[in-house]
Amino acid sequence: MTARTSLSSAYWRGCRQGLPFILVIVPFGVLFGVAGSEAGLSLTEVMGFSVLVIAGASQFTAVQLMTDHASTVMVILASLAVNLRMAMYSASLAPHLGAAPSWARALVAYFMVDQVFALSNADYERAPKQSLAEKLAYYAGACTPVCPQWYVSTLAGAWLGKAIPPAFALDFAVPVTFLAMIAPMLRSLPHLVAAAVSITMALVLSFLPSGTGLILAALIAMAAGAQTELWLIRRRAAR
Amino acid sequence: MTPAELYGHPKIWLIITALGIGTFVLRYSFLGWIGNRPLPEWALRHLRYTAVAVLPGLVAPLVLWPAATGGHPDPARLLAAGATLAVGLASRNTLAAILGGLVTLYLALWALG
Repeated sequence: MTARTSLSSAYWRGCRQGLPFILVIVPFGVLFGVAGSEAGLSLTEVMGFSVLVIAGASQFTAVQLMTDHASTVMVILASLAVNLRMAMYSASLAPHLGAAPSWARALVAYFMVDQVFALSNADYERAPKQSLAEKLAYYAGACTPVCPQWYVSTLAGAWLGKAIPPAFALDFAVPVTFLAMIAPMLRSLPHLVAAAVSITMALVLSFLPSGTGLILAALIAMAAGAQTELWLIRRRAAR
Repeated sequence: MTPAELYGHPKIWLIITALGIGTFVLRYSFLGWIGNRPLPEWALRHLRYTAVAVLPGLVAPLVLWPAATGGHPDPARLLAAGATLAVGLASRNTLAAILGGLVTLYLALWALG
């Protein structure tokens, strides 16, 4: 197989495997557009979030904390905390893509959303011998059905948002979206413990000013998850 | 007063820019600067739980004390939250959970008036 056809087959494999995620991205993007315009953000600001940040959960977090009147610093900190997992994604992709030129690594970083990471990480582990160019082509392929749809659906949501009457209780679309993101994450005991501690501490500390309680609750919950994991490892070793 | 009026446009753009730059730095970190050196085990162990440590704490007050009902617990919204979690746990599918939650919300709002 010539280099060119192997590149195009890697690109199309990524594209094909990314296609089903359109079903997840489009409703999410529409909901974010609606939530942003309900919060009174201008069209440019809503699009600014989706184009510059391009990370759904943290964008929802920012808009929600602004609705809660959190301080600017707390809005930024809590929303960034939601994205800390991306440092892990970056670490997992580094052995595969670390040798790419820096402009390519910058593009890979910009488009590193959950779905694209999950797809390419799985593909590179399945076929680690692929050339760097093929791995990059696959990555670009996986981005194609996912990332542009995030912008377009946000735009559609921002336009729609103003037209939807309050009887539709869209205020609750945001909590529903968060819960729907959380539920599939609860796949082990440490994850369950972290979530339970996060809820308890956030409610207990909700008297603290503007988002401080959430940050504290998250730190305690992270430690609780990590400690539960250690406890499980020790218990397994003791047996 | 909407959040946008409360913060004003310069502060909103500050939030968008800071979040954009910060998120890019997180995504670029290992790929761009640190290279192939692995993260220490304790750091990975904590990072694994960041999303599940932040999001439930963020959502809990929204479910229990929704602003739309003046901060009072609302049966329709509690039911919808329970349905979202149940569908999400059973199906492991975010989209199915959103649909289940919204359908329950509208049915409950309609049935409970």
